[in-house]
Amino acid sequence: MSELQAGLFVLLALGGPAVVLMRDPLRQTLMVGVYGLALALLFFVLQAPDVALSQIVVCTVAVPVMILLALAKVRTHEHESHDDEQEQRASSRGDRGR
Amino acid sequence: MSVLAYGTAGWLFLVGLYGIVSSRNLIGMVICLSIVQSSTYVLLLSIGYRRGAAAPIFADIPPGSRAVDPIVQALTLTDVVVEATVVALLLALAVQAHKRFGTLDPNELTPLRG
Amino acid sequence: MSERIRIRLFLAGGAGLAALLAWGLAGLPAFGEFNGACALLINHVVVAQRHATDAVTAVNFDYRALDTLGEEFILFTSVVGLAVLLREQRSERERPPARASEEHRFQGSSYALRALTLMLVGPLVVLALYVDSHGALTPGGGFQGGVLGAAGLLLVFLGGGYLTMRRLSPHALVELAEASGAAGYGLIGFGGLVFAGVFFKNFLGLGTPGELISAGTIPLSSMAVGLEVTGAFVLLWSEFLDQALIVRHR
Repeated sequence: MSELQAGLFVLLALGGPAVVLMRDPLRQTLMVGVYGLALALLFFVLQAPDVALSQIVVCTVAVPVMILLALAKVRTHEHESHDDEQEQRASSRGDRGR
Repeated sequence: MSVLAYGTAGWLFLVGLYGIVSSRNLIGMVICLSIVQSSTYVLLLSIGYRRGAAAPIFADIPPGSRAVDPIVQALTLTDVVVEATVVALLLALAVQAHKRFGTLDPNELTPLRG
Repeated sequence: MSERIRIRLFLAGGAGLAALLAWGLAGLPAFGEFNGACALLINHVVVAQRHATDAVTAVNFDYRALDTLGEEFILFTSVVGLAVLLREQRSERERPPARASEEHRFQGSSYALRALTLMLVGPLVVLALYVDSHGALTPGGGFQGGVLGAAGLLLVFLGGGYLTMRRLSPHALVELAEASGAAGYGLIGFGGLVFAGVFFKNFLGLGTPGELISAGTIPLSSMAVGLEVTGAFVLLWSEFLDQALIVRHR
């Protein structure tokens, strides 16, 4: 096994726990994009260019876009329900004041 | 040498499973699932590798020269794209769970009552 | 089950799983000493039998075309499942921006970003078509080219805004593209059954290896799969975009 392959295997073995132990999903997304690029590099070195092409496109474009959109939806929804609660509280206070 | 290659695949599988079990956020759980998937790709391609061989593309090397295994590459290739759509399905589940329960914490999700 | 008990249970089970994995992985041939007879045979005969220079695409769309049919329908089904999951509920309504002036503008969107992305859309779509059609010749094929094509549409969203992207890819057209890609691949299989007696047998003329029109039905299968994957990913992204941008609580 060449040094490049050994180095990439070790890099992936360290990158996996790095993605898992990062708790914030936003930072995890960026980390998984970098991990996917390292994986694509390993696929190139293992003489698999088709798989590397697939992996680059999917793991840096497709998956992070979907995760970020899901996170955006969750955040918007939280703001909306927060606003709804405040409105309800304000309107009930107004009724009691009359 | 083989220990490093196959051991990385096994190690990534276990690390990803630990991430799924101990995650506090549904979306983080989905990201750890993609780590588990990547461990299978590493294992498949490590099995099919031959030392000193070229990629199985015979456009510029004569057919019959030493090349790596094309079948495991075909399996991994379709797998990478299809698993992305499965990840999308799981993310949609997470978004709907958040709408229903107001939280993304798997410990707080209560079972549905009839 | 509380979280600490769950983690301890996992560590106990994980130790057993690690032992089994170590025992199983130790029985594999050494790294670099692969000797599978079928794979090495395919490497020797793929150019002579199918006139295709890319052995991986030939395996995907010809030797093991049935597996690719299954994978394609996994993709189709999960997209249908996602569309069902994210359908409009009774407690929600869609509020699309009526005019371009009240469109969603995200932070950091500047003229430089718009110029760069709009310049890159054309080359990206051409690259996607190139990778799709040269599946039998060089590394590429339907799956990779399909995602590249969908990424082109994503660049339109980044550069032009939500309304432009919606106008370029209305729901009906995208669903039609995805369905026809999936059906087209199945029809190629039936063509093999009708014209050559075996499901998914390569029934078109094989041509000269290395030319664009060669390897029989492999480029056609590649284009059909590319169409389906493009449609699938555009559908996925537009569902999530709709959820994030225009679906609101009633």
